[in-house]
Amino acid sequence: MLLSNSQPGCAMTNTEPLSHLARKGHGPSTLAQVRRVIICAGTGCMANGAMKVFEKFKSEIANSGMQVILELRAEATSDEIRLSKSGCQGFCQMGPLVSVVPDGILYTKVRTEDVAEIVQQTLAGGQVVERLLYKDPATRKSSRGIEDNSFYSRQSRLVLHECGFLDPEDIREYMLHGGYQAARKAFVEMSPEEICKTILDSGLRGRGGGGFPTGRKWDAARVQNSAKKYIICNGDEGDPGAFMNRSVMEGNPHSVIEGMMIAARAIGANEMLVYVRAEYPLAVERMRRAVADAEREGILGKNVFGTGLPLKCEVMEGAGAFVCGEETAMIASIEGQRGMPRPKPPFPAQSGLWGKPTIINNVETLAHVSRILNVGPEVFRTIGTKDSPGTKTFALTGHVSNTGLVEVPFGTTLREIVYNIGGGVTDDAGKIWKTGFKAVQIGGPSGGCLTEEHLDLPLAYESLRSVGAMVGSGGLVAMNQGTCMVSIARFFMEFTQRESCGKCVLCREGTRQLLALLDDVIEGRADQNTLNLLEKLGHAVQAGSLCGLGKTAPNPVLSTMRYFRKEYEEHVFEKRCRTGRCKALLSPEINPVKCKGCGLCIKACPTGAITGEKKQPHHINSELCIKCGACATACKIHAIEGI
Amino acid sequence: MNKVTQPTLTIDGKAVVIEGERNLLELVRKANIDLPTFCYHSELSVYGACRLCLVQVEGRGIQGACSTPPEPGLKVLTTTPKIREIRRIAVELLLANHDQSCPTCPRSANCQLQILAQRLGVKKVRFKSVHQPVPLDESSPSLVRDPNKCVLCGDCVRMCSEIQGIGAIDFTHRGHEVTVQPAFGKNLGDVECVNCGQCASVCPTGALTIKSEVDPVWDLLADSQKTVVVQIAPAVRVGLGECFGLKPGEITTGRIVAALKHLGFNQIYDTSFAADLTVLEEGTEFLERKTHGGKLPMFTSCCPGWVKYAEQYFPELLPNLSTCRSPQAMFGSLLKAILPDQLKVDRKQLKVVAIMPCTAKKFEAQRPEMGVDGDPDVDHVLTTQELAQMIQSAGIMFDTLQPESFDMPFGFYTGAGVIFGNSGGVMEAVLRFAAEKVTGKKLDNVEFQQVRGDSGLREATVTVNGSELKLAVVHGLRNARVVAEQVRAGKSNYDLIEVMACPGGCVGGAGQPVTTSRDARALRTKGLYNADKMLQLHKSQDNVFITECYANFLGEIGGEKAHHLLHTTYQSRRRIADESLPLMHSPGEDKLKVSVCLGTNCFLKGSQEVLNGVLRHAEQNGLEGRLDVRAGFCFEKCETGPSVMIGGEHVQNCTAAKAIEEINSRIENETPAQTADATAAIHGANIGL
Repeated sequence: MLLSNSQPGCAMTNTEPLSHLARKGHGPSTLAQVRRVIICAGTGCMANGAMKVFEKFKSEIANSGMQVILELRAEATSDEIRLSKSGCQGFCQMGPLVSVVPDGILYTKVRTEDVAEIVQQTLAGGQVVERLLYKDPATRKSSRGIEDNSFYSRQSRLVLHECGFLDPEDIREYMLHGGYQAARKAFVEMSPEEICKTILDSGLRGRGGGGFPTGRKWDAARVQNSAKKYIICNGDEGDPGAFMNRSVMEGNPHSVIEGMMIAARAIGANEMLVYVRAEYPLAVERMRRAVADAEREGILGKNVFGTGLPLKCEVMEGAGAFVCGEETAMIASIEGQRGMPRPKPPFPAQSGLWGKPTIINNVETLAHVSRILNVGPEVFRTIGTKDSPGTKTFALTGHVSNTGLVEVPFGTTLREIVYNIGGGVTDDAGKIWKTGFKAVQIGGPSGGCLTEEHLDLPLAYESLRSVGAMVGSGGLVAMNQGTCMVSIARFFMEFTQRESCGKCVLCREGTRQLLALLDDVIEGRADQNTLNLLEKLGHAVQAGSLCGLGKTAPNPVLSTMRYFRKEYEEHVFEKRCRTGRCKALLSPEINPVKCKGCGLCIKACPTGAITGEKKQPHHINSELCIKCGACATACKIHAIEGI
Repeated sequence: MNKVTQPTLTIDGKAVVIEGERNLLELVRKANIDLPTFCYHSELSVYGACRLCLVQVEGRGIQGACSTPPEPGLKVLTTTPKIREIRRIAVELLLANHDQSCPTCPRSANCQLQILAQRLGVKKVRFKSVHQPVPLDESSPSLVRDPNKCVLCGDCVRMCSEIQGIGAIDFTHRGHEVTVQPAFGKNLGDVECVNCGQCASVCPTGALTIKSEVDPVWDLLADSQKTVVVQIAPAVRVGLGECFGLKPGEITTGRIVAALKHLGFNQIYDTSFAADLTVLEEGTEFLERKTHGGKLPMFTSCCPGWVKYAEQYFPELLPNLSTCRSPQAMFGSLLKAILPDQLKVDRKQLKVVAIMPCTAKKFEAQRPEMGVDGDPDVDHVLTTQELAQMIQSAGIMFDTLQPESFDMPFGFYTGAGVIFGNSGGVMEAVLRFAAEKVTGKKLDNVEFQQVRGDSGLREATVTVNGSELKLAVVHGLRNARVVAEQVRAGKSNYDLIEVMACPGGCVGGAGQPVTTSRDARALRTKGLYNADKMLQLHKSQDNVFITECYANFLGEIGGEKAHHLLHTTYQSRRRIADESLPLMHSPGEDKLKVSVCLGTNCFLKGSQEVLNGVLRHAEQNGLEGRLDVRAGFCFEKCETGPSVMIGGEHVQNCTAAKAIEEINSRIENETPAQTADATAAIHGANIGL
C-alpha cells in the first residue's frame, strides 16, 4: 500500500485510485500511453509568456475537437490529450518550452502564434514543426527532442529529471511516480541509525557550498538528547545568477518535502521549516501548496504513516539578506532576530533554532535523499567521483551559447559543460567564438575563477578547493576574452561588501577596503603596494572572518590575482586594460595620418576636448577628455584610437 | 602517584590546566597572556565580531578564542606571524573608518582602540580613510552617542538587552552602513533608555560617553553671586582614586573634600547624610505598610534608572514603589529649603551640585517634580569621571592632597548611609533601622550578611521580633524584571525588594571611572563596607544631626513637611498608552466593550479583518446601540494574536466568526436594552440605589 494512514476522514479518496494503480504496477504505463503536452512553468518560461501559451493550447485543442484533459485521472484513454504544466526544464534561454510526449518533441521559444500550428501539425497530423526545434549554434543542426539535444543529452538529470515533466502542483503525480515511498520506508521500516548510515554510506555531501557529509551532520543531531528538534530546508538561494534551488522548489516541491521528512525521521525532529528566498514568490507558493497537499493526504500531520509520530512543516519567506543563507544567520532570522551569524561552536546540530538541535540542509541536498533511500547508497555512488558522489546542478550563464540549468555528475570536466552542454563560448553578440574562452567563475561570489588550464579538471569538492575555487551553490559564469578579470573581481566584491551583515570587522571593513583597492586598480591609481595590500588583506579576511560569507568573500580577488596576475599588472604598471572595459585607463588619441579633419568628432564631444582646423588633423585635450567614446562612435574612418 | 590527572591543553607550548573555563580566551588570560578584545565581556554573551582574540588551534586553523570551548589536548598558539598580521589589519581597518580626532575625544587615553593600536604597533594605517562624518546624538540628558567613534563591537547592545533587559539600541542596516542606534533612527532621548549608562561603561571607545556638565559648573564657581554647595555620593569615594593611579576601592573621602574646597565650592556635604534620612523615611514607610496592610512588597526607589524602568514597564506596580525620593533628590530639596535661611542667600542664588557615580541622576535632577517653580533642587549632576576631569584640569595633585573634613551639619553621616553605594546596602541600612524600631531594643550586631553578596538576584529571610521578613536584593534591570513580573502575577511573597539598575549597585555605576579591571567592582564594594566599619556609627537613627534636623525643621518622620520635601510621585511612561480609538460608540454606559488590537503583529495576522467583520455584523444586526467597538494598539499579547478584548475577556487567535460568536453569546445573556436612553436611565437608577 502506498500509504498506511490510520486517520479516518482523511482525504483517502484522492489517494485510493492512485494507490490502486501503483499496487498493480501499471500506473505510469497507463499514463504513458496518453499523449501529453507539457508546458514549462518555471519562472523563466513564465516570464516569457508560458501561461499565455498554456491557455492558448487549452482553447486550440478544444476547438480542434480533441479531448483535452487538464487534471490527472487514474484511468486515461489514449484518445485524450493531457495538457499540463511542469516545473523548470532548465533550458531557460530557449523558453517558453513545450514538450510533446511520448513523441519526444521539444519545441523552443514557443509563442501564442505558434500554438495553432503545433496543434494541427503535431497533435493532429503527427508532424514536427521544424522551425520551433532547437538548432545547435555550432553545427546548425536541429534536434527533435531532448535525446538528440546536446544541452540535455550530455547531462545526468536526477534531481532535475522530474522537474521537467511532473506537474508541481499535483501531489498525485508525484505519488504516482513513486513519491513518498522513501519517506514511508524511513518511517515504517528503518531506524534513525539506519537512515543516517545509509546517507553516510551514500557519500552525500551538502550541495549548498561547504560540502559537509550530510550523514555525519544528521548523526550529530540524532545523538542529541532533546525532545524537540528541527529540520530546516535552506531555500535562501542568493548568489547572483544562481537558480537551481528555485527550480527544484518550483518544479518538484514534494521531493524537497520528502527529503526533509526522511531527515526528520533520522534525527527525531517533529517540526520542519522551509526558509525560501522572498524574491521567489512562485517557489513560496508551490512549496506552500505542496505542504498543504501533503497535509491533506495525511502524509504530514499528527500520525505520519501510522507510526503515531507527528510531523508538521511550515514555509517561511526569507528576510531578503544574502547572509541569511548562512545557517546561524538563518536561525537568527527565523527567531525574529537580525540575520547575523554567530560563532560556532555550538553547531546548530547541537544548539540551533530556539536552542534545540537543528539540521539545516540545502534544497538540492534534500532533493537527493529520497532517491538514495529508493535505489540504495551503492547505486547512488556509481555516479560521480569517489569523494564527491552523485550529481550537481549548475546555473550556467555568461558567454556560452546555451544558458540554463544543467545537472552533471561530479567529475565532469569544465570543457564538457562549456563546450558540449553550453554549446561553446560566444562573443558579446551571442555568436560562437571558437578561441574566445577566457575563464569561468564558479561558486558565485564565494567562488573563484578557473582558466583554460582547468578545462579538463574533473569538477568535485576537493579538486576545486585545490585550485582556489569551490562548488559553492553552483553558479557557473563563462567569460570570453573580452572580459576584464579585475572588473569581474570588483563585481563580486561589490556584491559581498554590500551583503556583509556588518558584524565582524574583517568582513565589514575588509571587503569595503578590498573594493576600494580594486577601484584603485581599475581607475589607474594603483601601485605595487596596492597589489601587496590586496593580497594581504584578502588572506586576512579569508582566515579571520566570523562566517562563511567573509571567509570566502576574497576568493574572486585572490583567484583572479592568482591566474590573471598579468592583467592586474597591466592595469597597475602600464595603466592599461587589455579589454578596454576600464574606461579610466583609456587614452583616446587621434591618428593624424588617418584624420581628415571633418569635424564630426568636435561636434560629438560633450566636453569640448577636441580642437582642430578644418581639413587638418584634430587633437584631443586629455585633461578635458572624459573618455566617453562619443568621438570614436562619430568618426567614420576609425581615426580615433585607444578607446 | 595517585594524583588524578587534570585535563590540560597547551598554550604557546605551556601546559595549562582546564578548570571550568568557558572558552579558550579565559584560559589564555589565565596563562597570563592578555589577548586583545573589543567584544568580549564575561558577563555578556559571546559575540565573536572583533576578530582580535584569534588563535591558531592545531588541526583546526585560526579560531576565535572567545568562542572555542576548551578541550583537553588542544595545542593553541596565540601569536603567530599570520595572527599578528590579521590583528594589525583588523585594527587598521577600524582606524580607517574612525573619526581620529583622538586628542579631543572624551575617551582619549582610555580608549581601547587607541591602546590596541599602540600595543600592536600600528604606526600607520595602510588603508584609505572611508570615514563619513555623521551628526552626534546629544538628545539624552545623560549620554552622548557619537557614531563616528563606534567600532560596532555590540557591547552596548548586549549590555542594554542582556543585563538591563531593555534593548533601547540595536544594530541597523547592513554591510558598512551598519550603525548602532535606537529603533527607527530615533534619538536616545526619545526612546526607552533609562539613562543607566551601562552602554557607555562597556563602550571601548568614545562612541557612548557621559554628557558633561563640567562647563556650567565651572561657570557657577566663577560667579561670585552664587553660593555653590556640593554633595558627594557614597560610591564616588571608592572610585575616584582610579583616575589618579590609585587602586579601585581605595577610600579617598578626605582628599575629595580637599579637592572640592580647592575648586571653590562653598559648602561640601555628603550624600550619605541624605541616605541616613532616606533610611528613616523609607524604613518608617515600610513598617507602616507592613503593620497597616499597605501595598507590599515595597520596592526601594533610590535608583533613578529603576524608577524610570518601573514607570515604563510596570506602571501597575508604581504603588509598590516607596514614595521616598532618592538621597540626591532629598538632599537637594532639603538644602534648598534650609540653606537660604541658614546661609542668608536667596534660593535663586543657591546652587546645588551633586557628584554621583550615576548618569541616570542627571535625568532625575531634570524631572519637573524635583524642583520648585522651575528651579531644580539639584542644579547640576557631575559624575565621578567629570569630577576627575575638573581636578585634572585645575592641576590638583590628587594623590598627595591632605585630607579635609566635610562641612557640618550636612556632612555628618553613619555607616548605614555609606553602604547605600553597593547592592544590598539600602536593604541592610533599612534593616538596621527597622530591627531596632520594631524590637525597641538596641541592635548590637549591625551586619546583615544575608543581604550581602554579588549575585544579581539574592533572597534573604530575616527574623525580627519573631516575625519573618522576606527580602530580595536585585541588581541589573533584567533581574528586576524577573522579580517585578512575579509581583505583578501575584506570585511573590517578598516584603521588601531593593533594586539597583547597575551591576553591583552604585559602585558599578556608569559615572564611575572606566575600568578594564575585572575585579574593580568587588574592590569598590569592599571599600564601602570598610568605610562603614571605620565609622563610629552604623545606624541612621543614631545620626544626631538627622535627629536635630527633624526636631528643628522637618517635624515628624513621614510627617507632612517631610512628605512634601522628601517624597515624590510617579507617572506611567508606558510607550503605548492604554488609549484606544472609538469606532462605534453611542451615548450610554451599558455597552459591551469590544476592543480589537491593531498592533503590528495582530494586524499582520489579520486583526483588521476581524474588526471589519465585527463592525459589519453590528451594522447588519442593529447592534450599534449596544456595542462600544474600539481599535486598540498593542495589547502585548502578540504571540496569541489576533487579540480581541470582549467585555474584559481576552479572546486569543481571534477570527471575525469567533468574535461575533462571543459577542452574540454575551448579548443574549443580557436583558436587551430598549434604547440607549433607557439603558442610561436603568443605570442611573442603579446608582441611585
